[in-house]
Amino acid sequence: MTGQLRRLLVPSISAFLALAALPGAALAQQPKEGGRANVVIQPEPPGLMLGILQNAPTQMVSGNIYEGLLRYDEKLNPKGQLATSWTISEDGKTYTFKLQKGVKWHDGKPFTAADVVFTADVFLRKTNPRTRASLAYVDTIIAPDDETVVFQLKQPFGPFIRMFEVGTMPIVPKHIYEGTDFLTNPANNTPIGTGPFKFAEWSKGAFIKLVKNPDYYEKGKPHLDEIYWHVIPDAAARSVAFETGKVDILPGGSVENFDVPRLAKTKNACITDKGWEFLAPQSWLWFNHRGGLTADVRFRKAVSYAIDRDFAREALWNGLGSVSTGPFAQSTAFRDEKALVKYPYDPAKAKALLKEMGYKGETVRFTPMPYGETWLRWAEAIKQNLEDVGIKVDMVNTDVAGWNKKLGDWDFDISITFLYQYGDPALGVSRAYVSSNIAHGSPFNNVGGYSNPEVDKLFADGATAFPDSARQTIYSAVQKKLSEDAVYAWLIDLKFPTITHCNVKNLITTGIGVNDGFKDAWIE
Amino acid sequence: MQTFRFLLSRLAKGILVVLAIVVFDFVLIHLAPGDPAAVMAGESGATDEAFVQQLRTKFGLDQPILTQLGLYLWGVVRLDLGFSYRQQMPVIDLVMDRLPATLLLTGAAFLFSLTVGVAAGAWAAAHKGKPLDRLITTIALVFYATPLFWMALMAVLVFSVWLGWLPAFGLREVGGEANFWERVLDVARHLVLPAVTLGLFFTAVYVRMTRASMIEVGRQDFVKTLRAKGLSERVIQRRHVLRNAVLPVVTLAGVQAGQMVGGAVMTETVFAWPGIGRLMYEALLQRDYNLLLGVFVVCAAMVVVFNILTDLVYRLVDPRIEVSS
Repeated sequence: MTGQLRRLLVPSISAFLALAALPGAALAQQPKEGGRANVVIQPEPPGLMLGILQNAPTQMVSGNIYEGLLRYDEKLNPKGQLATSWTISEDGKTYTFKLQKGVKWHDGKPFTAADVVFTADVFLRKTNPRTRASLAYVDTIIAPDDETVVFQLKQPFGPFIRMFEVGTMPIVPKHIYEGTDFLTNPANNTPIGTGPFKFAEWSKGAFIKLVKNPDYYEKGKPHLDEIYWHVIPDAAARSVAFETGKVDILPGGSVENFDVPRLAKTKNACITDKGWEFLAPQSWLWFNHRGGLTADVRFRKAVSYAIDRDFAREALWNGLGSVSTGPFAQSTAFRDEKALVKYPYDPAKAKALLKEMGYKGETVRFTPMPYGETWLRWAEAIKQNLEDVGIKVDMVNTDVAGWNKKLGDWDFDISITFLYQYGDPALGVSRAYVSSNIAHGSPFNNVGGYSNPEVDKLFADGATAFPDSARQTIYSAVQKKLSEDAVYAWLIDLKFPTITHCNVKNLITTGIGVNDGFKDAWIE
Repeated sequence: MQTFRFLLSRLAKGILVVLAIVVFDFVLIHLAPGDPAAVMAGESGATDEAFVQQLRTKFGLDQPILTQLGLYLWGVVRLDLGFSYRQQMPVIDLVMDRLPATLLLTGAAFLFSLTVGVAAGAWAAAHKGKPLDRLITTIALVFYATPLFWMALMAVLVFSVWLGWLPAFGLREVGGEANFWERVLDVARHLVLPAVTLGLFFTAVYVRMTRASMIEVGRQDFVKTLRAKGLSERVIQRRHVLRNAVLPVVTLAGVQAGQMVGGAVMTETVFAWPGIGRLMYEALLQRDYNLLLGVFVVCAAMVVVFNILTDLVYRLVDPRIEVSS
């Protein structure tokens, strides 16, 4: 029965997506001014200062308040935001940005190149580990005049042009933060940005209210008067809120996957899987390379062959996303399908490999990621796949904090996760494979402890090679090596569908999706 | 005077109890794997060890655990509940921000279950063995046995999704202009479903308790005397039987009142009610030790206060208690 149901539902979702993908339908209409967007935010963010907090809900809300120099379309091509034009020198080491004129901070002070220099050179170097790592390639950042910023790199760094998105490099006001302790500055509770919406009110546990920035520099935008982000802790209640019309927008991941087909079929519901091209979340199984069964490449290959990814995609992810065949997600730059050694679903091969290595039924510990029902069910499906080929699995269940701790302490054999790839292998892929990123205390570095000098060198060279053709050669080699070693069992390049009422128009216009702000959105 | 001395001794004991609870909770919380620095680092999706260490130092988590406990206790004694690591605000502000919503919800549930429960119980007792009695006791049994979260979800489904009579979640409608009375009405509408859902279990308990107790008291000799004296049945039931039968109900009401602060986690979650139960649950998941302990301290203090109040109410309802103690 359920199988039948799924077969019925999955095509219907695909049909909805096909409709959503029709170009021009929304653009042809004249945007209507005014109105309020009611959006679900889950979980409640700890704060809204995007330069300090990097978790998903903060990025989602604050993408309206702060802005980056650039945005990226679904093909990851840069588009102007706070920068109107930019040039990269012949040798790939000098990046010059011309800034928007007449931009004001939400408190009325003018925005200048000094703010950009302060943000990149002082603020983010101190507060944001991810940006800090990339800024290590930067030698100097200067502002020759109020409307120009020049980044001088020590050596070419290919992904640098993909670093200017609002989540990675949100421009923060120098006049508020200079000379203060950034983490405890009271202004963090009333964030000041340049974006299309201003912070208005936060009723903790209930809602966050943003209002239109009337002085926004792009004339005629934003269209909406206000945005309410509703904090609704129960997943079923979030679905009900959408059904009863209390909220109009369910950003990706805000309802459980098994509710998606039902909601997609309700009256006036539109669904899209666009807007995840830049982040490109990829899921995989971590293997602990430090010892035990998972240190044996034959065992890792056996696990990779044993997993039925298509089943998980259809049954658990509503047929969205695509099966991962290697360490680079579909939309990540320099992906090379031909270089990969692939591991399709093949239980017979898995059994043969286990026999060859002399597996005698030892238990492996599998620590699922407690990020909601879908992830736990997926872990159960994988457990069953592994048991089908004869692997004994012991599930180690815990809550999020416990999971962080177990992975940070390397206390696991197999675990499941997903990481954003940020469009470029040097920004989002290498961190899970290079030996310099093996460190206690984080569940999102090279947790598996894979250490291979050849791969280290390839990733290091790939980051600084110039031009792109040289990078491609290196990254093809790295994909070949990583897939040969079956370093992790890559599962699915995920897509989290955004569900809206159909009268919400133009919500997702870039590869950054909902996180990129609602300046183009309007409600019919 | 006697009451005053009684109060003093109960208060002194209460303070000791709260302190003991703080120590106990402190140890328990630190036994859970993970700490707030790791959770915050984990959430950001990208981090390095230096960042986590920086957070630990900032929070004082790098100190020996006994030192941390000592500092915390010293804070509690001075009524300083510390700083929430995650929300970057004093714990007392966060708690006080959420406490009114919870007190409104649990207070409404308390009043609802007490009035409806005692009234229905008395009614059932008056019709002992008749169909009305059976109907009331059966309904009470159903509410007694049904899990709270299921009841909550069904209430939302029926009254919000199907009938559209009442709002499904939240404490008030956001946005728009409204005068004071419109706002009160709005909050009241939002309050109905969560308060009734939360109150149903205790309503059922009060019904059963009141009914049983009244039937028992009704069999006693003094009631026969009253009947012989020619008093009307209504006066007997209301003035004499109910008053004597209500003591066990007061005991239970004390228990329910003690849960006023911490007992509504589930209801607050399902109805997105911005109360303290959710604050506590989220603090637990995020290992926000200070915030979690702060909520525990407030809950423990409330339980102590309500216990003392219950004892005082005993004395009001039945003056014989003061004489004998």
